[in-house]
Amino acid sequence: MINGNLKATYAADEQVLNNAYKRAFVYGMALLCAALPFVANDYIILVAAQMGIILIAVVGVNVVIGYTGLLSLGHAAFIAIGAYSIPILHTLFASLGVPEGIMPFLAIPLAVAISALVGIVVGLPSLRVKGLYLAVATLSANFIVIFLIELDAMAPYTGGFNGINTPEANLLGWQLDTQREMFALIAALAFVTILGVQNLFRTRVGRAFIAIRERDYSAEVLGISLLRYKLLSFAISAACCGLAGALFAYFYARILPEQFELVLSLQLVAALIVGGMGRTMGPVFGVIIVVMVPELLKYSFGIIAGGSADVAALRAPVQEIVFGALIIIFLMFEPLGITQIVDRGFRSLNRWPFARG
Amino acid sequence: MLEVRNLHLSFGGIKALQGVSFTARAGEITGVIGPNGAGKTSLFNAMSGFYTPDSGQVLFDGNDITRLAPDARAALGIARTFQNIALFRGMTVLDNIKLGGHTRLKTDVWSALRYFGAAQREEIAYREEIEERVIDFLEIDHIRKLPITMLPYGLQKRVELGRALAMQPKVLLLDEPVAGMNREETGDMARFILDVQQEFGTTILLVEHDMHMVMDICSHVVVLNFGHQIAEGTPAEVSANPAVIEAYLGTAV
Ligand SMILES: Nc1ncnc2c1ncn2[C@@H]1O[C@H](COP(=O)(O)OP(=O)(O)OP(=O)(O)O)[C@@H](O)[C@H]1O
Ligand SMILES: [Mg+2]
Repeated sequence: MINGNLKATYAADEQVLNNAYKRAFVYGMALLCAALPFVANDYIILVAAQMGIILIAVVGVNVVIGYTGLLSLGHAAFIAIGAYSIPILHTLFASLGVPEGIMPFLAIPLAVAISALVGIVVGLPSLRVKGLYLAVATLSANFIVIFLIELDAMAPYTGGFNGINTPEANLLGWQLDTQREMFALIAALAFVTILGVQNLFRTRVGRAFIAIRERDYSAEVLGISLLRYKLLSFAISAACCGLAGALFAYFYARILPEQFELVLSLQLVAALIVGGMGRTMGPVFGVIIVVMVPELLKYSFGIIAGGSADVAALRAPVQEIVFGALIIIFLMFEPLGITQIVDRGFRSLNRWPFARG
Repeated sequence: MLEVRNLHLSFGGIKALQGVSFTARAGEITGVIGPNGAGKTSLFNAMSGFYTPDSGQVLFDGNDITRLAPDARAALGIARTFQNIALFRGMTVLDNIKLGGHTRLKTDVWSALRYFGAAQREEIAYREEIEERVIDFLEIDHIRKLPITMLPYGLQKRVELGRALAMQPKVLLLDEPVAGMNREETGDMARFILDVQQEFGTTILLVEHDMHMVMDICSHVVVLNFGHQIAEGTPAEVSANPAVIEAYLGTAV
């Protein structure tokens, strides 16, 4: 077989960035993210930061849907939990006299841990039901979490319907009070998240997830506990979403319950499907598309609508339709998403000039 | 080693197993034969934990494992293959085989997230081990990077054996490992099964319709018919048994 990928040792064969294209892409992205805060304008920074936050969440969704094969439509709930944890924890820390500069170092891991725990609870139905039934169960979890946040009894902590103001992150005295600084933090954590999750799939832990997706009884016969690994998968994915939520809270000045409703869960799933399920780069490609869609719509509606409020009011439903259409089109014509298209490109590059296709 | 005592198992009205008792002796190959629907696969399912018998016991090294879940039995060292291949079709041969080692490997989530360090050392040592003990052993080095879907049926069966071998099992249950294979492939598989027994000392249970193979490589044979155990003994004893001949009337023994 001509594949330009012959390796001398098993250690070399176990590398992740096993060809020049992958290395170039990853180092290029790292360089771009490092340069962005110094060269980009405010608008680009805003969009890039949004992409980074959503990316961290989609990387998590990929673990449970893409790799473990458990359909979840409720992951916005974990983002909500991560996000609301931040103002609540900061208030708590302030009352305990914790210095502001170390609050994020405690609040972020705690927000992640709380989300992971809730993830385990939400994942419980996956032990009994699969497919559509699980999708409905997780979707209900999304509604329940939003319902609880909006509950009058919770309003002193969550602000209820009206949302709540969120603190800025202060890292040992460095106040991240611009979106530019927040972007740097988001980008760094996005890299760490992708790396960590990618690492899982180089070991028995990630392989166990994939085995469950592929054929759960075979996984059992190899000694993989469905109970442990399905819940672990939910915990890891919820943890990523919790991290995304925490960053969301630090990034924006205020959070509202409506930001974490079903539309967001759908956006996460759309990004994953468009990008490519069960692939490391899937979330990256998908998020670029899915965050661009609302921006492009905003732009084109601006031109069409001019000042008309009637036309502008159509933007939100049109956006949902576009997400839905993206999911359907990709599932029908390119179910493995953009990664598949990119793979095909690389394959023909690798074989060139020996053969085409 | 692995023993069943008076196993009874039924599905609604169908009595799949009605009082099956025998011992698969350590280090030997025990054959389980019988006509279609005799209950052979059901017996394997009861042994590997997919079905819980209505009554009777499954014992492993003298311990009662009748109610243990499949993954817990795998961790004890019981491996199996399936009558209709149950490989992970979307994965490569290598990844399928790697999955066999799940219970023997130690990496936990925390070291997996970091990878570099303990997890990496374990992965590379494990890779070297399966290359030697499984991939070279089964002569499948030329296909290790291919997805399962690209392999012919006979090779898929061999990969499934490889995945079970990666578990380094104490007991290996093989459900019709040569079904649907041609003569040459059957010969290869018989040789691999004997090699496994001889090199690794694995206790093997073999369900097979290919009588020549069973008579050739098994030291002990159990015969089932309609869930009843109708005979047990050496291949010679069993093939001379009138009840067995009657059960197989019309088919060549
Ligand atoms: N899950 C099940 N539900 C209902 N009936 C079952 C189930 N599994 C097996 N049976 C029945 O139990 C009986 C024994 O089946 P089993 O698969 O154990 O036979 P077998 O000896 O493996 O046959 P074959 O040689 O065809 O593989 C059959 O009558 C079969 O229809
Ligand atoms: Mg059978």
